[in-house]
Amino acid sequence: MIDVIRQLGRWGLRVFGRLGRGHIFLMHILAGIPSVLARFGLLVQQMFSVGVLSLLIIVVSGLFVGMVLGLQGYNTLVDFGAEESLGVVVALSLVRELGPVVAALLFAGRAGSALTAEIGLMKSTEQLSGMEMMAVDPVKRVIAPRFLAGFISLPLLATIFTAVGVMGGFFVGVGLLGVDDGAFWSQIQAKVDFYEDIMNGVIKSIVFGFVVTWIALFEGYDAVPTSEGVSRATTRTVVHSSLAVLGLDFVLTALMFGNI
Amino acid sequence: MTNNTDDVLVRIRDLHFSRGDRKIFNGLNLDIRRGRVTAIMGPSGTGKTTLLGLMGGQLRPDHGSIEVDGEIVSELNRSRLYELRKRIGMLFQSGALLTDISVFDNVAFPIREHTNLPPSMVRDMVLMKLESVGLRNARNLMPSELSGGMARRVALARAIALDPMMIMYDEPFTGQDPISMGVLVQLIRLLNDALGLTSVVISHDVQETATIADDIYVISEGRVVGQGTPEQLAATDSDWVKQFMQGLPDGPVPFHFPGAGYAEDLMAGVEEQGAR
Repeated sequence: MIDVIRQLGRWGLRVFGRLGRGHIFLMHILAGIPSVLARFGLLVQQMFSVGVLSLLIIVVSGLFVGMVLGLQGYNTLVDFGAEESLGVVVALSLVRELGPVVAALLFAGRAGSALTAEIGLMKSTEQLSGMEMMAVDPVKRVIAPRFLAGFISLPLLATIFTAVGVMGGFFVGVGLLGVDDGAFWSQIQAKVDFYEDIMNGVIKSIVFGFVVTWIALFEGYDAVPTSEGVSRATTRTVVHSSLAVLGLDFVLTALMFGNI
Repeated sequence: MTNNTDDVLVRIRDLHFSRGDRKIFNGLNLDIRRGRVTAIMGPSGTGKTTLLGLMGGQLRPDHGSIEVDGEIVSELNRSRLYELRKRIGMLFQSGALLTDISVFDNVAFPIREHTNLPPSMVRDMVLMKLESVGLRNARNLMPSELSGGMARRVALARAIALDPMMIMYDEPFTGQDPISMGVLVQLIRLLNDALGLTSVVISHDVQETATIADDIYVISEGRVVGQGTPEQLAATDSDWVKQFMQGLPDGPVPFHFPGAGYAEDLMAGVEEQGAR
């Protein structure tokens, strides 16, 4: 019994210790943001590797998710003779939920894991210590540009995901299943509200971008500097950021749409 | 560049440092004099690399002080510590080159970070530093294309990029072939004398280090157990230092890991089996 309590205590201390370190790390990153803005080249470079290189997976996934939504939505709506509302179903699902959430999950898998592995390996090969000894703050020089790049990239990627998804729904609904072209678009125009739907979706993806990039960078920075440590950190990034995205999605949805 | 004219650049007094329950340093006293190559030697696991971390302010001592160029390292705030580090070069065991940029950019890195020099001047400075380690023509290679010895020489060029007052070498000879080792040995001495540096070499390669060091400290179990010039240490009376300097397999540091006696252990095995 005592052993169980002791282990629980140890686990609690470890978790709170990591949470504390994570928040101090975040403060340090935020303090480094002005210096990133002063050196715009660093940010552009990171936006390329974090954002542009994630484009392919985002576009392909968005297309298929939209196509599946079109197919499933049509099969349900046609029973009620409401297949002309397909555009709204596809667009609202993507704009409010699937765009930000799935893009964030894909981002965690593609860019988040890469960030953790990169930072973890930089730590294990003493590159971060080397910078410190050269009087260069690694958080400002390496971490902050990546953080800002992730924070900016995810909302853009989620927007692209949503747009491509709507096109996927359009191809299946209008192109294959014969839904009226005009009805598809006009219903979207009439029912999707810019502030209520689109902006709320964008706010979600901004929050997810912040959290996923923070987790990924912290896991890399806090990794045990061995190959096993970096591999564990990479796994933790994907698991923790996916769970954080899904949990936060519920909270944000409840706040935005749930009248709770 | 230096703050005072004291002959001693690094002064370590009564240094205590622990990792968890394990005591690494237990009242270490050590002086590193300006313009000289000082070697700090000792078996693996005695905290030699930790000592560099403490001297560079990456770690804080539990007790005692480390004074570098008149400043107590552990009492400096972040910006003053960074100012001090600009005057210290460090060669890591792995080289610690940034793997995503070329040799040229690696050497240019500290210059670009800390100065606003025009690109043409940065280029000239980098080429001069690379020339001094014999790798000017390797400037366009990526770190992954370098051999271990070349990587360390590039790291050395980077360490002297800002003309520091002191360079700390962490195990510079480990894992080097005889030619690379010879080159590094020569470079450490040459750069020290040509640039008027102070060099601290952490190593357990006795022969190579003894050929270039002016002063040697041998540390074990958190204390200095021998010190002097290479000649003085070669003629030492201390059994421990003798064992270390001559690489004897048995002596004060026993060959066998401490524990139960051999015969006793064998008999215990018989008893255990008998009990089954």
